[in-house]
Amino acid sequence: MTVPIDLSPDAPPPSFVVELPEYAGPLDLLLSLIRDEKVDIYDIPIARICEQFLARIHDLGLNEAADYLEMAARLIRIKAQMLLPRSAGEEGWEDPRAELVRRLLEYQQIREAVDVLEKLSEDRRSRFARSYIPVSNAPPVAPLSLSLAELLAAVDRVLRAAREPVLHDIVPRALDVDGAIETVRAVLALRSSALWRDIVRGNAEPWEVLSALLALLELARRGELRLAQSRPFASVEIVRESPGEAA
Amino acid sequence: MSPLAKLLEAALFASARPVPTEELAVLDPDASPAALQAALDELREHYDTDGHGVELSDIGGGWQILTRPEYTETIERAQLALRPTRLTAASLETLAIIAYRQPIGRAEIEEIRGVNVAAVLRSLLERGLIEATGRGEGLGRPLLYGTTPQFLEQFALRHLDELPRADEFAVALRAEPRPV
Repeated sequence: MTVPIDLSPDAPPPSFVVELPEYAGPLDLLLSLIRDEKVDIYDIPIARICEQFLARIHDLGLNEAADYLEMAARLIRIKAQMLLPRSAGEEGWEDPRAELVRRLLEYQQIREAVDVLEKLSEDRRSRFARSYIPVSNAPPVAPLSLSLAELLAAVDRVLRAAREPVLHDIVPRALDVDGAIETVRAVLALRSSALWRDIVRGNAEPWEVLSALLALLELARRGELRLAQSRPFASVEIVRESPGEAA
Repeated sequence: MSPLAKLLEAALFASARPVPTEELAVLDPDASPAALQAALDELREHYDTDGHGVELSDIGGGWQILTRPEYTETIERAQLALRPTRLTAASLETLAIIAYRQPIGRAEIEEIRGVNVAAVLRSLLERGLIEATGRGEGLGRPLLYGTTPQFLEQFALRHLDELPRADEFAVALRAEPRPV
Protein backbone atom coordinates (compact mmCIF):
# COMPACT_ATOMS: atom_id res chain seq x y z
CA MET A 1 0.00 0.00 0.00
CA THR A 2 1.33 3.38 -0.90
CA VAL A 3 0.17 6.45 0.91
CA PRO A 4 0.14 9.51 -1.31
CA ILE A 5 2.40 12.06 0.30
CA ASP A 6 4.60 14.89 -0.70
CA LEU A 7 8.23 13.97 -0.90
CA SER A 8 9.32 15.72 2.25
CA PRO A 9 9.81 13.61 5.34
CA ASP A 10 7.59 14.60 8.19
CA ALA A 11 9.90 17.12 9.78
CA PRO A 12 11.82 20.07 8.41
CA PRO A 13 15.42 19.24 7.61
CA PRO A 14 18.09 20.54 9.97
CA SER A 15 19.80 23.65 8.79
CA PHE A 16 23.21 22.06 9.16
CA VAL A 17 24.02 18.52 8.13
CA VAL A 18 27.47 17.10 8.60
CA GLU A 19 28.53 14.41 6.18
CA LEU A 20 32.13 13.33 6.15
CA PRO A 21 33.88 11.04 3.73
CA GLU A 22 35.64 9.45 6.73
CA TYR A 23 32.71 8.67 8.99
CA ALA A 24 29.04 8.13 8.35
CA GLY A 25 28.17 9.32 11.85
CA PRO A 26 29.26 9.30 15.50
CA LEU A 27 28.63 5.54 15.84
CA ASP A 28 30.85 4.91 12.84
CA LEU A 29 33.58 7.05 14.36
CA LEU A 30 33.21 5.25 17.68
CA LEU A 31 33.39 1.84 16.01
CA SER A 32 36.54 2.79 14.15
CA LEU A 33 38.13 3.97 17.41
CA ILE A 34 37.25 0.66 19.04
CA ARG A 35 38.78 -1.18 16.08
CA ASP A 36 41.91 0.98 16.08
CA GLU A 37 42.41 0.48 19.80
CA LYS A 38 41.73 -3.24 19.45
CA VAL A 39 39.48 -3.23 22.50
CA ASP A 40 36.63 -5.58 23.32
CA ILE A 41 33.34 -4.05 22.35
CA TYR A 42 31.73 -5.70 25.38
CA ASP A 43 34.30 -4.17 27.71
CA ILE A 44 35.02 -0.74 26.34
CA PRO A 45 37.60 1.25 28.32
CA ILE A 46 35.21 4.13 28.36
CA ALA A 47 37.57 6.81 29.71
CA ARG A 48 40.15 6.17 26.99
CA ILE A 49 37.64 5.90 24.16
CA CYS A 50 35.81 9.00 25.38
CA GLU A 51 39.01 11.02 25.39
CA GLN A 52 39.92 9.87 21.90
CA PHE A 53 36.44 10.55 20.63
CA LEU A 54 36.67 14.13 21.86
CA ALA A 55 40.16 14.54 20.40
CA ARG A 56 39.01 13.13 17.03
CA ILE A 57 35.96 15.37 16.69
CA HIS A 58 38.15 18.31 17.62
CA ASP A 59 40.63 17.38 14.88
CA LEU A 60 37.82 17.01 12.38
CA GLY A 61 36.32 20.34 13.33
CA LEU A 62 33.11 18.69 14.41
CA ASN A 63 32.90 20.58 17.68
CA GLU A 64 29.63 22.06 16.57
CA ALA A 65 28.04 19.06 14.87
CA ALA A 66 25.07 18.17 17.05
CA ASP A 67 25.10 14.45 16.27
CA TYR A 68 28.72 14.10 17.33
CA LEU A 69 28.31 16.34 20.35
CA GLU A 70 25.38 14.29 21.55
CA MET A 71 27.51 11.17 21.42
CA ALA A 72 30.35 12.96 23.22
CA ALA A 73 27.96 13.95 25.99
CA ARG A 74 26.71 10.38 26.22
CA LEU A 75 30.25 9.04 26.54
CA ILE A 76 31.11 11.52 29.27
CA ARG A 77 27.98 10.54 31.15
CA ILE A 78 28.81 6.84 30.93
CA LYS A 79 32.34 7.59 32.04
CA ALA A 80 30.99 9.41 35.09
CA GLN A 81 28.59 6.58 35.87
CA MET A 82 31.45 4.07 35.69
CA LEU A 83 33.30 6.05 38.34
CA LEU A 84 30.51 5.72 40.87
CA PRO A 85 31.54 3.30 43.60
CA ARG A 86 29.67 0.05 43.79
CA SER A 87 30.00 -2.80 46.23
CA ALA A 88 31.29 -6.09 44.88
CA GLY A 89 28.62 -8.49 43.74
CA GLU A 90 25.93 -5.86 44.07
CA GLU A 91 22.64 -7.11 42.66
CA GLY A 92 20.76 -5.07 40.13
CA TRP A 93 23.77 -3.09 38.97
CA GLU A 94 23.44 -2.36 35.32
CA ASP A 95 26.50 -1.64 33.26
CA PRO A 96 26.10 1.96 32.05
CA ARG A 97 27.75 0.88 28.81
CA ALA A 98 25.07 -1.70 27.99
CA GLU A 99 22.88 0.63 25.93
CA LEU A 100 25.88 1.94 24.01
CA VAL A 101 27.10 -1.58 23.28
CA ARG A 102 23.65 -2.57 22.05
CA ARG A 103 23.58 0.41 19.69
CA LEU A 104 27.11 -0.22 18.46
CA LEU A 105 26.31 -3.84 17.67
CA GLU A 106 23.09 -2.90 15.94
CA TYR A 107 24.95 -0.31 13.94
CA GLN A 108 27.69 -2.75 13.05
CA GLN A 109 25.06 -5.13 11.78
CA ILE A 110 23.72 -2.39 9.53
CA ARG A 111 27.25 -1.80 8.25
CA GLU A 112 27.33 -5.43 7.19
CA ALA A 113 24.01 -5.01 5.44
CA VAL A 114 25.52 -1.99 3.69
CA ASP A 115 28.37 -4.14 2.43
CA VAL A 116 25.86 -6.62 1.02
CA LEU A 117 23.83 -3.89 -0.68
CA GLU A 118 26.95 -2.24 -2.03
CA LYS A 119 28.08 -5.46 -3.66
CA LEU A 120 24.62 -6.10 -5.09
CA SER A 121 24.32 -2.66 -6.56
CA GLU A 122 27.81 -2.78 -8.05
CA ASP A 123 26.83 -6.05 -9.71
CA ARG A 124 23.70 -4.54 -11.22
CA ARG A 125 25.44 -1.29 -12.14
CA SER A 126 27.80 -3.23 -14.34
CA ARG A 127 24.99 -4.26 -16.66
CA PHE A 128 22.73 -2.05 -18.74
CA ALA A 129 19.09 -2.75 -19.32
CA ARG A 130 17.55 -1.60 -22.57
CA SER A 131 16.70 1.69 -20.99
CA TYR A 132 16.80 2.92 -17.48
CA ILE A 133 13.33 4.25 -16.88
CA PRO A 134 11.88 4.66 -13.41
CA VAL A 135 8.94 2.34 -12.90
CA SER A 136 5.68 4.14 -13.46
CA ASN A 137 2.18 2.80 -13.06
CA ALA A 138 0.84 4.60 -16.11
CA PRO A 139 1.61 2.97 -19.46
CA PRO A 140 3.76 5.21 -21.64
CA VAL A 141 1.94 7.37 -24.20
CA ALA A 142 2.01 5.48 -27.51
CA PRO A 143 3.73 7.32 -30.34
CA LEU A 144 1.41 8.55 -33.13
CA SER A 145 0.83 6.19 -36.00
CA LEU A 146 0.93 8.43 -39.08
CA SER A 147 2.02 7.83 -42.67
CA LEU A 148 3.50 10.43 -44.99
CA ALA A 149 0.46 10.14 -47.27
CA GLU A 150 -1.84 10.93 -44.35
CA LEU A 151 0.24 13.93 -43.39
CA LEU A 152 0.16 15.26 -46.99
CA ALA A 153 -3.60 14.68 -47.19
CA ALA A 154 -4.03 16.74 -44.05
CA VAL A 155 -1.94 19.54 -45.50
CA ASP A 156 -4.06 19.41 -48.64
CA ARG A 157 -7.28 19.67 -46.62
CA VAL A 158 -5.96 22.67 -44.74
CA LEU A 159 -4.93 24.43 -47.93
CA ARG A 160 -8.29 23.68 -49.56
CA ALA A 161 -10.18 25.07 -46.60
CA ALA A 162 -8.11 28.22 -46.70
CA ARG A 163 -8.35 28.73 -50.48
CA GLU A 164 -10.79 31.67 -50.40
CA PRO A 165 -9.81 33.88 -47.61
CA VAL A 166 -12.42 36.43 -46.60
CA LEU A 167 -10.73 39.77 -47.08
CA HIS A 168 -12.26 42.93 -45.78
CA ASP A 169 -11.50 46.12 -47.70
CA ILE A 170 -11.20 48.87 -45.21
CA VAL A 171 -11.94 52.17 -47.03
CA PRO A 172 -10.72 55.16 -45.18
CA ARG A 173 -13.48 57.72 -44.93
CA ALA A 174 -12.14 60.75 -43.25
CA LEU A 175 -14.45 63.26 -41.73
CA ASP A 176 -15.04 66.25 -43.96
CA VAL A 177 -14.82 68.98 -41.31
CA ASP A 178 -13.74 71.62 -43.80
CA GLY A 179 -16.73 70.88 -46.03
CA ALA A 180 -19.07 71.11 -43.07
CA ILE A 181 -17.52 74.42 -42.05
CA GLU A 182 -18.29 75.75 -45.54
CA THR A 183 -21.85 74.52 -45.22
CA VAL A 184 -22.34 76.18 -41.82
CA ARG A 185 -20.85 79.48 -43.07
CA ALA A 186 -23.05 79.35 -46.17
CA VAL A 187 -26.16 78.88 -44.03
CA LEU A 188 -25.16 81.61 -41.57
CA ALA A 189 -24.39 83.95 -44.44
CA LEU A 190 -28.06 83.84 -45.32
CA ARG A 191 -29.54 83.84 -41.82
CA SER A 192 -28.33 85.20 -38.50
CA SER A 193 -29.32 82.01 -36.70
CA ALA A 194 -29.98 78.40 -37.64
CA LEU A 195 -30.94 75.09 -36.10
CA TRP A 196 -29.12 71.76 -36.22
CA ARG A 197 -31.50 70.35 -38.80
CA ASP A 198 -30.73 73.26 -41.14
CA ILE A 199 -27.17 72.10 -41.29
CA VAL A 200 -27.43 68.32 -41.22
CA ARG A 201 -29.83 66.40 -43.45
CA GLY A 202 -32.30 64.11 -41.73
CA ASN A 203 -30.83 60.94 -43.28
CA ALA A 204 -27.20 61.96 -42.87
CA GLU A 205 -24.45 59.38 -42.60
CA PRO A 206 -22.67 59.14 -39.27
CA TRP A 207 -19.57 60.73 -40.78
CA GLU A 208 -21.66 63.72 -41.93
CA VAL A 209 -23.15 64.14 -38.45
CA LEU A 210 -19.71 63.98 -36.85
CA SER A 211 -18.26 66.39 -39.44
CA ALA A 212 -21.03 68.89 -38.76
CA LEU A 213 -20.59 68.60 -35.00
CA LEU A 214 -16.84 69.16 -35.22
CA ALA A 215 -17.36 72.04 -37.65
CA LEU A 216 -19.77 73.75 -35.23
CA LEU A 217 -17.40 73.29 -32.28
CA GLU A 218 -14.50 74.56 -34.34
CA LEU A 219 -16.38 77.68 -35.49
CA ALA A 220 -17.60 78.32 -31.94
CA ARG A 221 -14.00 78.14 -30.75
CA ARG A 222 -13.00 80.61 -33.46
CA GLY A 223 -15.79 82.90 -32.28
CA GLU A 224 -17.71 82.89 -35.58
CA LEU A 225 -20.85 81.55 -33.94
CA ARG A 226 -22.44 80.84 -30.62
CA LEU A 227 -24.16 77.60 -29.65
CA ALA A 228 -27.11 77.69 -27.34
CA GLN A 229 -29.52 75.14 -25.97
CA SER A 230 -32.53 76.40 -24.04
CA ARG A 231 -32.99 73.19 -22.06
CA PRO A 232 -31.61 69.67 -22.03
CA PHE A 233 -32.34 67.78 -25.28
CA ALA A 234 -33.80 70.85 -26.90
CA SER A 235 -32.72 71.82 -30.41
CA VAL A 236 -29.31 73.45 -30.56
CA GLU A 237 -29.53 77.01 -31.75
CA ILE A 238 -26.67 78.27 -33.86
CA VAL A 239 -26.33 82.04 -33.76
CA ARG A 240 -24.00 84.04 -36.00
CA GLU A 241 -21.53 85.99 -33.84
CA SER A 242 -19.82 88.27 -36.30
CA PRO A 243 -21.50 89.42 -39.50
CA GLY A 244 -20.18 87.82 -42.67
CA GLU A 245 -16.60 86.60 -43.07
CA ALA A 246 -14.29 87.44 -40.20
CA ALA A 247 -11.34 87.42 -42.54
CA MET B 1 14.34 -20.92 -31.27
CA SER B 2 10.74 -21.85 -30.61
CA PRO B 3 8.01 -19.34 -31.54
CA LEU B 4 7.26 -18.77 -27.85
CA ALA B 5 10.91 -18.02 -27.07
CA LYS B 6 10.99 -15.54 -29.94
CA LEU B 7 7.79 -13.91 -28.68
CA LEU B 8 9.29 -13.58 -25.20
CA GLU B 9 12.47 -12.10 -26.63
CA ALA B 10 10.47 -9.50 -28.56
CA ALA B 11 8.35 -8.63 -25.52
CA LEU B 12 11.36 -8.25 -23.23
CA PHE B 13 13.11 -6.14 -25.84
CA ALA B 14 10.08 -3.85 -26.06
CA SER B 15 9.58 -3.47 -22.32
CA ALA B 16 11.45 -0.77 -20.47
CA ARG B 17 11.25 -2.57 -17.13
CA PRO B 18 11.73 -6.08 -15.78
CA VAL B 19 8.68 -8.23 -16.61
CA PRO B 20 7.55 -10.82 -14.04
CA THR B 21 6.73 -14.32 -15.28
CA GLU B 22 2.99 -13.81 -14.62
CA GLU B 23 2.94 -10.86 -16.99
CA LEU B 24 4.81 -12.79 -19.66
CA ALA B 25 2.13 -15.50 -19.40
CA VAL B 26 -0.42 -13.00 -20.73
CA LEU B 27 1.42 -12.96 -24.07
CA ASP B 28 0.31 -16.47 -24.88
CA PRO B 29 -2.69 -17.70 -22.87
CA ASP B 30 -2.32 -21.16 -24.38
CA ALA B 31 1.19 -21.66 -23.04
CA SER B 32 1.43 -23.66 -19.82
CA PRO B 33 3.67 -22.40 -17.01
CA ALA B 34 6.06 -25.21 -17.84
CA ALA B 35 6.17 -24.23 -21.51
CA LEU B 36 6.77 -20.63 -20.53
CA GLN B 37 9.64 -21.59 -18.26
CA ALA B 38 11.07 -23.85 -20.97
CA ALA B 39 10.92 -20.97 -23.46
CA LEU B 40 12.67 -18.64 -20.98
CA ASP B 41 15.35 -21.26 -20.43
CA GLU B 42 15.70 -21.65 -24.17
CA LEU B 43 16.15 -17.89 -24.61
CA ARG B 44 18.71 -17.71 -21.82
CA GLU B 45 20.53 -20.69 -23.30
CA HIS B 46 20.46 -19.04 -26.70
CA TYR B 47 22.14 -15.89 -25.38
CA ASP B 48 24.68 -17.83 -23.33
CA THR B 49 25.83 -20.36 -25.91
CA ASP B 50 25.55 -18.53 -29.23
CA GLY B 51 27.87 -15.71 -28.19
CA HIS B 52 25.70 -12.68 -27.53
CA GLY B 53 26.56 -9.33 -25.99
CA VAL B 54 23.42 -9.50 -23.90
CA GLU B 55 22.04 -11.99 -21.43
CA LEU B 56 18.68 -12.89 -19.97
CA SER B 57 18.37 -12.04 -16.32
CA ASP B 58 15.60 -12.47 -13.79
CA ILE B 59 16.74 -9.97 -11.22
CA GLY B 60 14.76 -7.01 -10.00
CA GLY B 61 11.42 -8.77 -9.71
CA GLY B 62 11.20 -9.77 -13.36
CA TRP B 63 12.88 -10.84 -16.56
CA GLN B 64 14.97 -8.46 -18.61
CA ILE B 65 17.67 -8.44 -21.23
CA LEU B 66 20.90 -6.94 -19.89
CA THR B 67 24.22 -6.18 -21.46
CA ARG B 68 27.12 -8.31 -20.30
CA PRO B 69 29.40 -6.72 -17.70
CA GLU B 70 32.51 -6.87 -19.89
CA TYR B 71 31.08 -4.22 -22.23
CA THR B 72 29.88 -1.79 -19.56
CA GLU B 73 32.95 0.40 -19.39
CA THR B 74 33.27 0.76 -23.14
CA ILE B 75 29.59 1.61 -23.49
CA GLU B 76 29.80 4.18 -20.74
CA ARG B 77 32.98 5.70 -22.15
CA ALA B 78 31.17 6.19 -25.45
CA GLN B 79 28.39 7.87 -23.45
CA LEU B 80 25.74 5.67 -25.00
CA ALA B 81 24.36 4.84 -21.58
CA LEU B 82 25.17 5.95 -18.07
CA ARG B 83 25.33 3.84 -14.96
CA PRO B 84 23.21 5.10 -12.09
CA THR B 85 25.33 7.11 -9.71
CA ARG B 86 26.56 5.41 -6.58
CA LEU B 87 24.75 6.07 -3.33
CA THR B 88 26.63 7.91 -0.61
CA ALA B 89 27.60 6.03 2.53
CA ALA B 90 24.90 7.85 4.47
CA SER B 91 22.26 6.93 1.87
CA LEU B 92 23.34 3.29 1.79
CA GLU B 93 23.23 3.01 5.56
CA THR B 94 19.76 4.51 5.70
CA LEU B 95 18.60 2.32 2.85
CA ALA B 96 20.02 -0.79 4.54
CA ILE B 97 18.14 0.03 7.74
CA ILE B 98 14.90 0.52 5.80
CA ALA B 99 15.42 -2.66 3.79
CA TYR B 100 15.91 -4.75 6.91
CA ARG B 101 13.50 -3.08 9.29
CA GLN B 102 10.66 -1.92 7.04
CA PRO B 103 8.22 -0.46 7.72
CA ILE B 104 10.24 1.92 9.84
CA GLY B 105 9.91 5.56 10.83
CA ARG B 106 12.44 8.33 10.72
CA ALA B 107 13.03 8.44 14.48
CA GLU B 108 13.97 4.75 14.62
CA ILE B 109 16.38 5.15 11.70
CA GLU B 110 18.01 8.08 13.46
CA GLU B 111 18.27 6.07 16.65
CA ILE B 112 20.19 3.34 14.82
CA ARG B 113 22.39 5.63 12.75
CA GLY B 114 22.96 8.20 15.45
CA VAL B 115 22.49 11.07 13.00
CA ASN B 116 19.68 13.12 11.51
CA VAL B 117 18.43 11.45 8.33
CA ALA B 118 15.82 13.89 6.99
CA ALA B 119 17.92 14.99 4.02
CA VAL B 120 18.99 11.44 3.20
CA LEU B 121 15.39 10.23 3.30
CA ARG B 122 14.37 12.93 0.88
CA SER B 123 17.08 11.94 -1.58
CA LEU B 124 16.13 8.25 -1.36
CA LEU B 125 12.48 9.17 -1.98
CA GLU B 126 13.49 11.24 -4.99
CA ARG B 127 15.50 8.34 -6.38
CA GLY B 128 12.41 6.17 -6.02
CA LEU B 129 14.22 3.63 -3.84
CA ILE B 130 11.91 4.04 -0.87
CA GLU B 131 8.32 5.15 -0.38
CA ALA B 132 6.04 5.96 2.49
CA THR B 133 4.04 2.81 3.14
CA GLY B 134 1.85 4.01 5.97
CA ARG B 135 1.77 5.76 9.28
CA GLY B 136 2.96 4.36 12.56
CA GLU B 137 1.27 4.45 15.91
CA GLY B 138 2.49 6.93 18.45
CA LEU B 139 3.05 10.61 18.69
CA GLY B 140 2.31 12.45 15.47
CA ARG B 141 1.57 9.21 13.62
CA PRO B 142 5.00 9.26 11.90
CA LEU B 143 5.38 8.19 8.28
CA LEU B 144 6.77 4.70 7.85
CA TYR B 145 9.07 3.91 4.96
CA GLY B 146 9.64 0.79 2.90
CA THR B 147 11.57 -0.15 -0.23
CA THR B 148 10.13 0.03 -3.75
CA PRO B 149 10.25 -2.34 -6.76
CA GLN B 150 12.91 -0.02 -8.12
CA PHE B 151 15.03 -0.85 -5.09
CA LEU B 152 14.85 -4.53 -6.07
CA GLU B 153 15.78 -3.68 -9.65
CA GLN B 154 18.71 -1.47 -8.68
CA PHE B 155 20.05 -4.07 -6.27
CA ALA B 156 19.42 -7.00 -8.58
CA LEU B 157 17.05 -8.78 -6.22
CA ARG B 158 14.05 -10.94 -7.09
CA HIS B 159 12.46 -10.52 -3.69
CA LEU B 160 13.39 -8.93 -0.41
CA ASP B 161 13.81 -12.48 0.90
CA GLU B 162 16.96 -12.70 -1.18
CA LEU B 163 18.74 -10.31 1.16
CA PRO B 164 20.86 -12.27 3.63
CA ARG B 165 19.00 -12.71 6.90
CA ALA B 166 20.10 -10.37 9.65
CA ASP B 167 21.17 -13.25 11.90
CA GLU B 168 23.50 -14.50 9.19
CA PHE B 169 25.71 -11.49 9.66
CA ALA B 170 28.99 -11.95 11.52
CA VAL B 171 27.79 -9.63 14.24
CA ALA B 172 24.57 -11.07 15.51
CA LEU B 173 22.68 -9.07 18.06
CA ARG B 174 23.25 -10.37 21.52
CA ALA B 175 20.63 -9.70 24.08
CA GLU B 176 22.98 -8.58 26.84
CA PRO B 177 26.57 -7.53 26.98
CA ARG B 178 28.87 -9.79 28.89
CA PRO B 179 28.83 -9.18 32.62
CA VAL B 180 31.69 -6.98 33.68
